[in-house]
Amino acid sequence: MAALEEEFTLSSVVLSAGPEGLLGVEQSDKTDQFLVTDSGRTVILYKVSDQKPLGSWSVKQGQIITCPAVCNFQTREYIVVHDNKVLRIWNNEDVNLDKVFKATLSAEVYRILSVQGTEPLVLFKEGAVRGLEALLADPQQKIETVISDEEVIKWTKFFIVFRHPVLIFITEKHGNYFAYVQMFNSRILTKYTLLLGQDENSVIESFTASVDRKFISLMSLSSDGCIYETLIPIRPTDPEKNQTLVRSLLLKAVVSGNTRNGVALTALDQDHIAVLGSPQAASKECLSVWNIKFQTLQTSKELPQGTSGQLWYYGENLFMLHGKSLTVIPYKCEVSSLAGALGKLKHGQDPGTHVMPRFVNWETPQGCGLGFQNSEQSRRILRRRKIEVSLQPEVPPSKQLLSTIMEDSEKHIEVEVRKFLALKQTPDFHTVIGDTVTGLLERCKAEPSFYPRNCLVQLIQTHVLSYSLCPDLMEIALIKKDVQLLQLCLQQFPDIPESVTCACLKIFLSIGDDSLQETDVSMESVFDYSNSVHDEKMEEQTEILQNGFSPEEDKCSNCDQELNKKPQDETKESTSCPVVPKRAALLNAILHSAYSETFLLPHLKDIPAQHITLFLKYLYFLYLKCSENATMTLPGINPPTLNQIMDWICLLLDANFTVVVMMPEAKRLLINLYKLVKSQISVYSELNKIEVSFRELQKLNQEKNNRGLYSIEVLELF
Amino acid sequence: MGEFKVHRVRFFNYVPSGIRCVAYNNQSNRLAVSRTDGTVEVYNLSANYFQEKFFPGHESRATEALCWAEGQRLFSAGLNGEIMEYDLQALNIKYAVDVFGGPIWSMAVSPSGSQLLVGCEDGSVKLFQITPDKIQFERNFDRQKRSAIHKMIVDRQHMGVSKRKCIVWGVAFLSDGTVISVDSAGKVQFWDSATGTLVKSHLIANADVQSIAVAEQEDSFVVGTAEGTVFHFQLVPVTSNSSEKQWVRTKPFQHHTHDVRTVAHSPTALISGGTDTHLVIRPLMEKVEVKNYDAALRKITFPHRRLISCSKKRQLLLFQFAHHLELWRLGSTVATGKNGDTLPLSKNADHLLHLKTKGPENIICSCISPCGSWIAYSTVSRFFLYRLNYEHDNISLKRVSKMPPFLRCALQILFSEDSTKLFVASNQGALHIVQLSGGSFKHLHAFQPQSGTVEAMCLLAVSSDGNWLAASGTSAGVHVYNVKQLKLHCTVPAYNFPVTAMAIAPNTNNLVIAHSDQQVFEYSIPDKQYTDWSRTVQKQGFHHLWLQRDTPITHISFHPKRPMHILLHDAYMFCIIDKSLPLPNDKTLLYNPFPPTNESDVVRRRTAHAFKISKIYKPLLFMDLLDERTLVAVERPLDDIIAQLPPPIKKKKFGT
Repeated sequence: MAALEEEFTLSSVVLSAGPEGLLGVEQSDKTDQFLVTDSGRTVILYKVSDQKPLGSWSVKQGQIITCPAVCNFQTREYIVVHDNKVLRIWNNEDVNLDKVFKATLSAEVYRILSVQGTEPLVLFKEGAVRGLEALLADPQQKIETVISDEEVIKWTKFFIVFRHPVLIFITEKHGNYFAYVQMFNSRILTKYTLLLGQDENSVIESFTASVDRKFISLMSLSSDGCIYETLIPIRPTDPEKNQTLVRSLLLKAVVSGNTRNGVALTALDQDHIAVLGSPQAASKECLSVWNIKFQTLQTSKELPQGTSGQLWYYGENLFMLHGKSLTVIPYKCEVSSLAGALGKLKHGQDPGTHVMPRFVNWETPQGCGLGFQNSEQSRRILRRRKIEVSLQPEVPPSKQLLSTIMEDSEKHIEVEVRKFLALKQTPDFHTVIGDTVTGLLERCKAEPSFYPRNCLVQLIQTHVLSYSLCPDLMEIALIKKDVQLLQLCLQQFPDIPESVTCACLKIFLSIGDDSLQETDVSMESVFDYSNSVHDEKMEEQTEILQNGFSPEEDKCSNCDQELNKKPQDETKESTSCPVVPKRAALLNAILHSAYSETFLLPHLKDIPAQHITLFLKYLYFLYLKCSENATMTLPGINPPTLNQIMDWICLLLDANFTVVVMMPEAKRLLINLYKLVKSQISVYSELNKIEVSFRELQKLNQEKNNRGLYSIEVLELF
Repeated sequence: MGEFKVHRVRFFNYVPSGIRCVAYNNQSNRLAVSRTDGTVEVYNLSANYFQEKFFPGHESRATEALCWAEGQRLFSAGLNGEIMEYDLQALNIKYAVDVFGGPIWSMAVSPSGSQLLVGCEDGSVKLFQITPDKIQFERNFDRQKRSAIHKMIVDRQHMGVSKRKCIVWGVAFLSDGTVISVDSAGKVQFWDSATGTLVKSHLIANADVQSIAVAEQEDSFVVGTAEGTVFHFQLVPVTSNSSEKQWVRTKPFQHHTHDVRTVAHSPTALISGGTDTHLVIRPLMEKVEVKNYDAALRKITFPHRRLISCSKKRQLLLFQFAHHLELWRLGSTVATGKNGDTLPLSKNADHLLHLKTKGPENIICSCISPCGSWIAYSTVSRFFLYRLNYEHDNISLKRVSKMPPFLRCALQILFSEDSTKLFVASNQGALHIVQLSGGSFKHLHAFQPQSGTVEAMCLLAVSSDGNWLAASGTSAGVHVYNVKQLKLHCTVPAYNFPVTAMAIAPNTNNLVIAHSDQQVFEYSIPDKQYTDWSRTVQKQGFHHLWLQRDTPITHISFHPKRPMHILLHDAYMFCIIDKSLPLPNDKTLLYNPFPPTNESDVVRRRTAHAFKISKIYKPLLFMDLLDERTLVAVERPLDDIIAQLPPPIKKKKFGT
């Protein structure tokens, strides 16, 4: 359900907004910070979650800003134009706008457009477009005129479609509207004429646009109060010809036709738009959210102090000038179900918090907290407190850490993480660790070169993470083939899905020995098998083990003989470890991990046959090692247990039986396994017999202890 | 310290009744428990979970519901179709009101505590107004087609949510309109009462979910299943800092083997009881502020009063059951042995007598005289006194008829050491003294309670010379009466915790009192003050392990030849306190199970302290000194009780 949350004012300071309102609100390079340009001389950088300005810059008296400041996401600098032609570029450290970089252009700028992932564009009033870099190389270059005389740019928007920048701008001339679409990869400019349909004399008040795969969906709010949609193809069929576009009615009578103030609309997502204006001629102005799919009004909020008819929407926040102050209304559209809608109205969360922590901290009793009243008043108090806290220079270390993650270098992050971990564990420790990992992983995904391995290792070793908290972690490690991290995850996470376990197994089996040499896997579970020279002893032992059953029954006895005829060195081979110790350590991590047979089996079938054989060989080797001593355990710290080994042998054989049976090189292995199992079974049947005798003895012993209903005993107290 | 021959008795075939209902009272921190035989017990959770009051059961009065209303008034309703109120001072039933709707299956109290609502067999739901001294019928709700077997937690009717062949065993109505139901299909379901829609369903058991209780804050609740599992559900935020909360099943507990028939939720603990007769109090660790011994799990199985009395002279034991008494004679041996030996019996124990009560009422108390020739017991409405005659191996029993009308209901009976006097504590607060001679009796005197109080006396102690009688109620202090002069001698200063056992030492006439917080006081009756030893003990304090014991001391006795010794026991230990030895401090080992075999006397003397404890016999229901060198210990092993319970729901275990 789409919902507007409680509004809040960004600043108590009244902005020097002119009668036509603000010049603009633009995103900065940080998600939570926005550049607000008023219609006079000032640019202010606000941090929304803190509701406070971070910086403010003004041009000299006598100069006037003509184009809203934007952020160059690539260089993290801010750009503004004053007096139509003077370009200023500065960053956070600069104090005075007079002293920053300045370029005087040869034509008047309509707007600078900047989106994430590409360089800013400068749109001139005459319709020409330049990339910022190209323009700065020669500021005085000649700017051509694209649009005709008396044609005025009304609105513009910049998109990235399939990684290609696309610019659209709308012009008006004598009540006729034209749309220009500029493709930057092909440098094609297409001009369309917008046909207004039957209501020819209506004036378009506001535009918004959204983009999908093929079309730019241009929505316009006309003076008759209706919203129309125009679909503009991104790839023009014939760029040379002047094409016409027809608009279709989307929503009827959303706002009153004749309002005193302006109206505005903005697209929120695929299905929702926000409209600012008065629903009826006399009523107060409202911000309403409409679902265009169902043509329903989802929610609306009255703005009694009036607005400037301007509306901006960035990252879940709607910005508008309410009265004299800049107001932010967070917008949320959560997935809703009919049952939820009918049964219970879900309450939105506190508006002050925008970044919702995704992790519940089960350690602190706040969950069953009594202090969670939802009353308006407490919320306000909370917010006030929050402001007070944030005004203090000290930022909590966890917040600092999170911000570090978003921008700093790997080295720096590592130092910060170590610093944080060295701190005393705070009650929200779990939450912070969870957020940190998520932050790191998000950055990993965004920047393929970024892989803070040491940090991740440290964070995993805090023992508070689990697979379900950060499923991406193992995914990334799998992509990077980081076996060390995978081993650590397998050891630490209690809830790894079988498919991931199997993916790890595949990597562990397939990774080359040479690349293993470079890794630094934990060898804790591996005992140095190389120095154990039990080969001959082993043979003897099987002889002893077979005591009690007649080899004549063995249907495989002739293969046995065949095997025994094989040269001695092959027998030796079967008792030396078939894998290098590092791989053994990795495989042991797999053996230790928890799994459910049903879910694991299908994945095991995908492993190539030679890897299956290798793994089986290793398991067989472990099994032999196990049966060397009476306790049936392997030496070393935390070695795989006999049950784990047995279970995995069964699993592998179950999953790949047909494959293994067909493989000639697995034949010997299978025969060996069969022989060993058979001999072990006979041993256990003997042990069973002994156990029965012992049980009887135990029973006799118990009866002796069990006194009847009555006895007389001697007690001495000391 | 002493070597004893111990008659280790395990033939007391006592099986507690299963627990049917529990009701927790937040105001007084008391817990009312009703059992399947109609017995109602009141536990004081503040006083170390002591069972301070009990109301005897009745065969026809199966309690199906129990609740506290109007502050601290206790009501019950049952299959006899009556609502009863219990008088917690006089320890009797104040009144019973027939609701005329057939057997009552459920009862709930309105949130304000001023109205009672009962669901009857005939399908009607009846509302009663609670007046200061009674309850008054107010209105009858529409009859439903089926009998009303869901519990109504608030005085509002709820649409039927039952499915075919599925019984809703309990519902809870939260103040936000959520209805939680538990049913025979093993589900816990959340409903929206406004729309009647199912919001969430948890399948938690393969068997019935039989009970539910919600915490007062409505942020957590507890359910009990027929498999013996108790589940804790909590309302937790979906994410941290989020105001949206959802019910999550947080903790399962398996402390029962059988059906959990009833659960309660105190602010700090989950309370459950069921067919396996254990009352389990499981503190919630996150709600407990100090992680001390109070945070430990409590499992209460045995009553905190004595069911056994003993005739020292004839070596007889009298066992009290709900509807009969058993008299046993102990065996004997001529052999001797060293510590731990089991001696060969020259004569086994004999079952002499099986005395069945008449009528449906349970026995409240019973006693055999020290000489073994008198047996007395009492039910709610009648007092019985029997004269026993022994001729060689034959025993004859003669009932003393024509009891005076004031001897109707006794809460405690005690014979004097020489068996010539009988002391009876009646539920009216009076103490009667009866002279016994030959086959007849004579009423000597009645100590009336202090004006204005009706508090019943539940514990009696008489001095061996017969001069002093001490009586203790549930809350007020211990009164000591002079039997010769027939007047109140003194009152021992009141203490915060109820008295669990007391006895008067021979010769010195020191009254030894044990309280439910494991404190033991010694009060000199002639001097009307605490003895020096008691003061020393209080000054130094008991050993911390002693104070952590979770069953009350139920019996105190003395050694006739060793005046410095006090013998006492609880369900899991037997202890002789030697007042001549130094008291243990927290650093010394309280339990010293190992005999000092090879150690020198120096070491032994250094480690010796006043508390000599044996934990061999457990669960110990009774222990007393028969003569200087002989003890009798009555044990009731838990396995023997379980063997007599109905079989639990069979759970499939892997490999069986």
